[in-house]
Amino acid sequence: MSEISFRDAFKAAMVEALTEDSRVFLMGEDVGHYGGCYAVSKGLLDDFGAQRIIDTPLSESGFVGAGIGAAIGGMRPIVEIMTVNFSLLALDQIINNAATLRHMSGGQVSVPLVIRMACGAGKQLAAQHSHSFEGLYAHVPGLKVLYPGTIGDARYMLKMALADPDPVIIFEHVMLYNQTGTLPETDNIAPMEKAVIRKTGTDLSIITWGGCLYKAMQAAEQLEEQGYNIEVVDLRCLRPLDRDTIIDSVRRTHKALIVDESWKSVGMSAEISATLAEQALWYLDAPVRRICGIEVPTPYADHLEKASLPQVPQIVEAAVQMLQSTIPTPEVK
Amino acid sequence: MSSNKLHVSREHLHFLLKQMIRIRRFEERCVTLYSEEKIRGFLHLYNGEEAISVGVMQALNSQDAVLATYREHGHALARGVPMNDIMAEMFGKQTGCSGGRGGSMHLFDISRRFFGGNAIVAGALPLAVGLALADKMQQRPVVTCCFFGEGAVAEGEFHESLNLAKLWQLPILFICENNRYAMGNALELEESNQNIYLKAANYGLASQVVDGMNVVDVEAASQLACTAIRNGAGPHFIECQTYRFRGHSMFDTQLYRSSSEIDEWKKMGPIIQLTHWLKSNHQIEAEELQAMEQAVDREIDAAVADAENAAVEPLEGLLTHVYAEAPHE
Repeated sequence: MSEISFRDAFKAAMVEALTEDSRVFLMGEDVGHYGGCYAVSKGLLDDFGAQRIIDTPLSESGFVGAGIGAAIGGMRPIVEIMTVNFSLLALDQIINNAATLRHMSGGQVSVPLVIRMACGAGKQLAAQHSHSFEGLYAHVPGLKVLYPGTIGDARYMLKMALADPDPVIIFEHVMLYNQTGTLPETDNIAPMEKAVIRKTGTDLSIITWGGCLYKAMQAAEQLEEQGYNIEVVDLRCLRPLDRDTIIDSVRRTHKALIVDESWKSVGMSAEISATLAEQALWYLDAPVRRICGIEVPTPYADHLEKASLPQVPQIVEAAVQMLQSTIPTPEVK
Repeated sequence: MSSNKLHVSREHLHFLLKQMIRIRRFEERCVTLYSEEKIRGFLHLYNGEEAISVGVMQALNSQDAVLATYREHGHALARGVPMNDIMAEMFGKQTGCSGGRGGSMHLFDISRRFFGGNAIVAGALPLAVGLALADKMQQRPVVTCCFFGEGAVAEGEFHESLNLAKLWQLPILFICENNRYAMGNALELEESNQNIYLKAANYGLASQVVDGMNVVDVEAASQLACTAIRNGAGPHFIECQTYRFRGHSMFDTQLYRSSSEIDEWKKMGPIIQLTHWLKSNHQIEAEELQAMEQAVDREIDAAVADAENAAVEPLEGLLTHVYAEAPHE
């Protein structure tokens, strides 16, 4: 049981993959000589050489497409995109090729590709380096979308993603890289497509993932001090979405609060709300609430940026309002 | 004769002619089937450009990889994908080479290393880079051959891919089928520099332009390029100058070009050219040509009958092939 940072957990996962499987290689902008924009791949070039740690030109569409081609050709590429906003330059390859080739070919083509990308706000990087587009990718059949929010998932999800025969996108929130935690044993890691209940409770379910998980956990602790028993559901995988775990949690707590760093409209939080409306309406004792990113391109100024993101006090406040709500359960006749 | 001319046998020339006639007549039958509503969707025909896929394919072996565009019936046929499988795909049948999921624009046959059928202009070029990268990393001595039109040259992915291919010295043969129109946009409205092969040369690729209407010239250039690529000379680029005899797709009134221009190009067509040469050099008898055409027609008739009779995918199969395993949702 050792204490490590998310950065080191992500790196250790790559070291393990590169060591155990000669088909694995890492490719992306500044992953080699520079050591990675967020220093996740620092030192890998020295350890594994330029054949397997490949610095690419600034050609997102080109090198993501090359990753898809290499995956088809029998390799197990890890393609790093420096930041989620840059991945938009490779949307054509990700959506038109990676997500479609298996289906379009009648099942003949497999794309066992892993794409890692940094995402999320909190470092005052403004409107072209800070967004949360996991919902955009989770919209697309053919892709799998992972968003580790714990040290264990940061360390062990890559291995599961590389073992998957389909393209997997892994989001890494930039505010997590420096956070540290205790590394669990491998055996404790759930399959990658399963949501995990990080804290059990009976009064209200906070449903979240990735960069908002620690905020939800902090909020839950504060609510415990106020005497409430809060459950925290970590989705981990946004496509396919583990709807059963969400519904099962709400069935027990009767209240659902969704925390999503991305914009509220037409995103993951809306999808989860719709799922609850469709499949869990009669379990709910209060309207579903959502704490989401404010609908603005992420601003630079510190106070504006903070105000645009879900914060712990907001989560606590919303939860308390829901918990104190006297709205009775509609009588079902 | 220059040294890059092939010394080809009579039999080989007959083979090339037959392959081109197969493609031409297949395309013509598709027009009929389209008007009969047996084939739907977009249908992009290859008439006039047959010499390119047929010529290039002679330089490739069964281990080489091929990627093509949405105008790829000819490439699939020339690569050896069975005509029945292609026609069944056009009909949207279960027995089609893409199980009825792809249609005209997405023909796949991985057993023949035919990787589609890509309907995003320039979208296959990065894939070709990746396939070749995988081959290089695994030390497989094969060539990846990527076909695209001159319209792709205006896309960023073209430039990114050529740069990567040369930067990493990858075993790729890029074949630009320059038919002078990107849909309805003429070359002079597409490109500031209309010498496309020079763009590749600027990225350091060995690059040349050939008469895409001359199947022997295309084959000769491809053989030399593939030999060089197999010997580690890195990516090569061939611009094949050609012309599309029919519209961009079946929904094209061709307002952007004159019928006299089309007629002029048709006189230089690859099948006419080769047939004329064979006849004037007494290398083919009228009966041989007739037998060849009849054999092709029989093959097409059989493919159509087979496609007509083939089963459609049951609706229960709708969600298959989205993932390797259907997710639990």
